[in-house]
Parts: sequence; structure tokens; C-alpha cells
Amino acid sequence: MHIFDIFLLEAIVNGILLGGVLALLALGLNLIFGVINVVWICYAELIMIGMYAVYYLHNVYHWPLALAFACCVLLVAVLGALLHVLVIRPVLSAEPINQLLVTGGVLFFLQALATLAFGIEFKNVGIRLPAFQLGGMYVSVARLLAFAAALAGMVGVYLFLRRTYLGTAIRAIAQDRGIMPLMGVNPNRIFVLTSALGGALAGLASCLLVLQYDIHPAIGLTFGPITFMVCVLGGLGNMVGGFIAAFIFAQFISVGGYFLALEWGYVLAFLFFIGVMFWRPRGILGGK
Amino acid sequence: MTSARWLGLAVLALAPLAGMGDYPLHLLILCLLWGFVYTGWAIMGRLGMVSLGHGAFLGIGAYVVVMGWNHFHLSPWLGLPLALAAAALVAVLIGYPCFRFKIVGHYFALVTFALAEVVRLIIVALRDTTGGSLGVTPQTALAKSAWSLGAMQCSSKLVWFYIILAVWLFGLWVWNRVDRSMARLALEAIAHEEDAAASVGMNVTRLKLSVTLISALLTCLGGVLYAQYQLYVNPETVSGIGISLQIVYGAIAGGMFVRLGPTVGAAFTLLLAEALRLWLGHDIHGLDTTIYGLMLVLFIIFMPKGILGAGLEAYAKRRRVPRTAPA
Repeated sequence: MHIFDIFLLEAIVNGILLGGVLALLALGLNLIFGVINVVWICYAELIMIGMYAVYYLHNVYHWPLALAFACCVLLVAVLGALLHVLVIRPVLSAEPINQLLVTGGVLFFLQALATLAFGIEFKNVGIRLPAFQLGGMYVSVARLLAFAAALAGMVGVYLFLRRTYLGTAIRAIAQDRGIMPLMGVNPNRIFVLTSALGGALAGLASCLLVLQYDIHPAIGLTFGPITFMVCVLGGLGNMVGGFIAAFIFAQFISVGGYFLALEWGYVLAFLFFIGVMFWRPRGILGGK
Repeated sequence: MTSARWLGLAVLALAPLAGMGDYPLHLLILCLLWGFVYTGWAIMGRLGMVSLGHGAFLGIGAYVVVMGWNHFHLSPWLGLPLALAAAALVAVLIGYPCFRFKIVGHYFALVTFALAEVVRLIIVALRDTTGGSLGVTPQTALAKSAWSLGAMQCSSKLVWFYIILAVWLFGLWVWNRVDRSMARLALEAIAHEEDAAASVGMNVTRLKLSVTLISALLTCLGGVLYAQYQLYVNPETVSGIGISLQIVYGAIAGGMFVRLGPTVGAAFTLLLAEALRLWLGHDIHGLDTTIYGLMLVLFIIFMPKGILGAGLEAYAKRRRVPRTAPA
């Protein structure tokens, strides 16, 4: 088989671009887990709500796209903060599995709410970005944009965590939750802020994904499971690990889908995940 | 069993003979069938092994028998042991490494999550054989008669009711046996502090694996019966994370630490959906699941022991009030 088959190369390139988006998704989830120690199983549903927000603001109320995007990021940030205050905070002292399950309940709830409010027909923002040719390969501009935004988002979060006071407080709480009140920091406020930041990252992700996919209430189920698996693969809470794992996962999906049918790409990726779990139960770079 | 329980059972067993309509009887059958499946999950769930992937075993049960019948004319009576063997194999393949390498809590839940999706994706990917997302119907053997023993098909709901009732009681019996076994005490200790338990000499892997196997086999049986009763299966309703989460929540809503809890959860879910459907009609898609989702969140925050669990606790507290006043 011709190794430099152009379609294989295209699959690899698309895999890299997909990896960028998955890395962004994983970043938000890792941030929340690293700081608050809770997995938001409903993370993909937050993204779904963000996507609907962009659709309604841009296509129904005819706001300019940039404004719709900005609003979406703000909206999902607020949603993230609300999620923490209303749902997570009451169970922070309960068993970890209860925290996992309560976010699962929110998953159900948001999906059903979206069905109720928006109906089950597929909606699309209708923006067709071109695909440009690169030596026989077709690369979608939408995907490239998503990749670039994901990288920018990651750099932004990294700088925020390293260079700002608030970011340092967040990192400190992630290291030692108990001692923070003694240092004069209100952990509650940090948690709400982190949740808002995680929500904002989800909002950014929805802006990027809305350019590529149709919107419907169950769309969370298509990339939700993948996002957790990417996070767990890289080590829950470890952002560099999530980054690496995102690209590995995306390659499995993309190249696996190239050689076999689309579903087999996912099957391979998931089996790879299960395999790595047996080899390193805490994830590739985990160790908490 | 106490006389109250015998009475309750008698009422349940004789109710359909008193002339329930076909549809209420269908609901009752579903209550018991899903109650059985949820109970099977709870056997594992209450002992610290929360699996978000029981859809995998359900799907294996349903699809192995239907594929065997449709493609190989294999009677479901032979397909059943085959399905059980497949489910057992998967349970051991996933369970053994998980328990050996101490994958617990979040990580275990997510591995089982991945497993449910793998099964669903494989079913969909093999669409030429399985019909993919459109689902598949076992070839009917009921064209000439109302029942066919070889095909495990029967058009009489009454007969199915007694079959499912017997299976449900069997599930409760298994739950009881596990509850009273040393394994249950051991696993509760393991759930609290695995290393200490292992240091006392408990074979953690074997204990966890045995309970996982029981749970997987019961769920698989539920899948087989579901396929033969409904005579239609598709990957979304019997495998994947949707149904897996539904199992978890049904058991938790009813109370997974109590024997009848999961059945109460199943009844609750079904009746809520029906009540809302009757009240609001078919037009408002998704209102029942919205309310259900909301209640789930509220349950886990305020009533982690579930409806029946909380109810029994409240009842027990009232009975413990001292009757004699201090002298």
C-alpha cells in the first residue's frame, strides 16, 4: 500500500485538527477536575446549549456572528458558575460517585430541556466556510479555525494560570485545598470562578463546533464520552496530559475511520482507551 | 417472608387475572422486567462498583439471541447460554484487569462507560448483519400459532407476565443471596478501604469479579427477555450510554441499597412518563424526561438513598421512638 497515499495524509491532518478541538474540550474539563475534583459529565451538554445560543442569536434574531459568539461564551460561563453553585456545591462533601452521578442527572435534564425548548429537528447555522487545497488534500477552513482557536485558548489559559493572581490562586487550590482558607483565600469564590472559566472554554468550543456540525439535543452524546476519555487517558486534571491524549485519540478516530468504516475508528479509539487504562490506571501522565 | 409480603405477592400475581387491559398489563410487565434489570445492576452498584456500562450486557443479551435466531435459526433457548457466555467473557475481560489494577470510582465508571459505547458502536458498525441503527426484529414464529416454544415467542401478554414475574422474583432471590453472603460484607469493607481489606486476606479481585459476573449475567438475561418480549431491538434502546445511565438512575431513584428499591425506581420512571403523557398529550416532547432529569438531580442531592430507601429510613426512625417515659 502506497504509504504516502494522499488520502491517508489527509486523514492524519484532519486528525490533528480534530485533536486541537478535543484538546480544547479536555482543557475545560481538566481544569474543573484539577481544581474542584469533580467530573462534569454534562460538559458536552453545556456546549450543546452554547451551540443553540449561537444559532438563535445569529440565525433567528439576526445578531452579527461575532456578537453571538461573545454572548455564547458569556452565557455558558454563567451556566458553568450556576452549575457549581446550584448542583455541585451541595454535594461537595458527599461521596465522589454522587458528584459524578449528579452531573449525569444534569446531562439528562439539559438534553430533555433542549428537546422541549428547541425540538428534535437538526438545526444548522448555515455558514459554509471553504475548504482549501493543499497539494491534493482538502483541508476545511472551519477545522483550521477551530484548531487555531483551540491553541489560542490553551495558551490563554496557560498564561492566565501562570501570570495572574487569580490564576495562581486556582493553581494553589488545586494543590492543597485545605490550606487555602488559612492563606486568606475564599475557596468558594475560586471554585465559582473556575467553574465560570470552564464554562467559558465550553462556550468557546461551541462557537467553533457550531461551524462544523448540525445542532440537535443529543449532540452531546457524540463528543461527551470522547472528552472524558481524553481527559482520563491523559490523567484527570493534568492539562498537558489531556493535550497529548487529545491528539492520540483524534488520530485513532481519523486514521481508523480512514482504513475501516467510521464507527470502527471510534471502536478502536475506545478499545485503546480501555487498554491504556489497564496499563496505566491513572492515565498516561496521571499520578494524583 | 412475612405474611404482608405473601399477600402483596398474591395480589400482584392475581391482578392480571382480574381483567387488566392489555396496555396496563404491558406497563406492569415492563415495570417488572426493568425492575429485574435495575436490581441486577444494583447488586454491583451498592457494593461500590458503580458501572455506567450495563448497556453492554443488555445489548449482548438482546443481539446474540436475535442474531442467532435470524441468521442461524438458532433457537433462543440455545442462544441464551451463548449470550450469557459472551456477557460473562466481556465481564471478565474488563473486570479482571480493572480489579487487578485497582481501577475504582471515577475511572472504573468511565471504563465501563467506554465499554457500553464500544458494544453499541460494534452493533451499529456491523449494520449489514444487525440492521444498524434501524434495529432488528426477530423473525416471527407466530404466523401460524399464538406461541412457539422453540422460538421463545408468545403473543399472550398474560403468559409473558408470569414468565417475567418469575424472573423478577428470581432476581430478588439472587439479590438476597448476595446480601446475606460474606462477599457482601467483604465488599463493603473493600469499598471503604481496599488496601486494609486486602491486608486482612480478602481476595479483592475474586470477590469483585464474582459479583460483577452475577450482575452481568442477570442483565444479559434481562436483555434476552426484552428482545423476545418486545420483538424489536435497536442499538439505542438496549446498548450505549443512554440506557446505561437510565439503569443507574432508575436504581438510584428507587434506592439501590434496598431490595425492592430498583423495582420501585423502574415503576416510578415508567409511571411518571405515562402520567405526563396522559396529562400533556403527545405534543410536548421531552417534558417527562425534563422533569425526570430534574428529579434525579434533586434526588442525588437530597435523597441519595432513593425513594424507598428514604421511606424505609423514615419509617424505621419513627418506630425507634422510646415508648416509656424516663422515671
